[in-house]
Amino acid sequence: MQRATLDLWVGLFVMAGIVAILFLALKVGNLGSYDNGETYTVKASFENIGGLKPRAPVKSAGVVVGRVAEIGFDPKNYEALVTLSLAARYSFPQDSSAAIMTSGLLGEQYISLEAGGDEKMLANGDALKITQGAVVLENLIGQFLYNKDDSQAEPAAP
Amino acid sequence: MMQTLIGHIRGIGRRSVDRVWRMGVAARFFLLVLLHSGTCFRRFHLIIREIFTAGVLSLIIILVSGLFVGMVLGLQGYETLQTYGAEESLGVLVSLSLVRELGPVVAALLFASRAGSAITAEIGLMKATEQIAAMEMMAVDPIARVVAPKFWGAVISMPLLAALFSAMGVLGGYLVGVVLIGVDAGSFWSQMQAAVDFKEDILNGVIKSVVFGIAVTIIALFEGYDAPPTAEGVSRATTRTVVTSSLAILGLDFVLTAFMFRGV
Repeated sequence: MQRATLDLWVGLFVMAGIVAILFLALKVGNLGSYDNGETYTVKASFENIGGLKPRAPVKSAGVVVGRVAEIGFDPKNYEALVTLSLAARYSFPQDSSAAIMTSGLLGEQYISLEAGGDEKMLANGDALKITQGAVVLENLIGQFLYNKDDSQAEPAAP
Repeated sequence: MMQTLIGHIRGIGRRSVDRVWRMGVAARFFLLVLLHSGTCFRRFHLIIREIFTAGVLSLIIILVSGLFVGMVLGLQGYETLQTYGAEESLGVLVSLSLVRELGPVVAALLFASRAGSAITAEIGLMKATEQIAAMEMMAVDPIARVVAPKFWGAVISMPLLAALFSAMGVLGGYLVGVVLIGVDAGSFWSQMQAAVDFKEDILNGVIKSVVFGIAVTIIALFEGYDAPPTAEGVSRATTRTVVTSSLAILGLDFVLTAFMFRGV
């Protein structure tokens, strides 16, 4: 085969391969979908994070405003220390609260950020004071069973 | 009685020593190919020719099988996910199984049978028709002139083919899931993007395909170079290439998966 046609075909092949990798990275993977622009980090400690994973979305009013950057354990008060990285174009009041929610019945867990009423805004490195951990299904069932026992026991007592 | 028993034990010993000896020769062959790679990078058109025979000519089988594997995944995944009411997760299922496992592994298996066997047959025949001996006579190093360009051509082609396979598979899953069955297109892509991580999944898939490419090519080259220079020897070497490299791909895949996706 001619040298020039050979080069042409190989060039087309290599280009198609690179396009495929780019397609996987941009359209299938999450590269470029969130880290557009600057971010600032905020810390929050939770009693229990359930199944929260790094890179889980942080949503406010259902809109993704950031990602979970890091999950650690605080050995002083035995709580989970979650670092959130929020997009710099969204600022939240200092008394905002964070809660761990589940999208759907079997969906992934995410952090829901509820805006407060403070005039001062959160800055880089601040900590969220009001947090609510993940709902543990076993505790919920346990509570439900205890309540049921009580309500049955009361009418029998007098 | 005693004599036949000793004969059998001797046979086992001879076969094990042969295996180990062949492994050692293959490792030295691999080192030799790496040592002689410098010259073939200076004459890059040799590698381009090999990328053409190994990569471009394998394109059709890779693209078509990728499309069909993705379409089957879409159909089967939908059937199963539907029972849990989670058919929006079809994109996650299709893309993760393709990018992590099926893309690199199936592309490498196809590559071994399409390009690996061709490499073995070509080198085996060159040896049988004494072309390799003729090169040595002319003071041309056959490893630098023939073997190393084939090695690099195939190693460069393999990750590109695997990426094309995965991309076609995702498109096939999209065709069946969204266009044919009617899963919501928005949640198909957005759940996929939320679940697939660039470093964790895509980059590890590319690393897998590079490792498989090296394994398949070195097995194919060694079997061809080591084949007895007869018609029967070349045919046996070609069979051995496909069998050995398929086993190597599956074994390596288990080891790599155990290292890459542990605890995720």
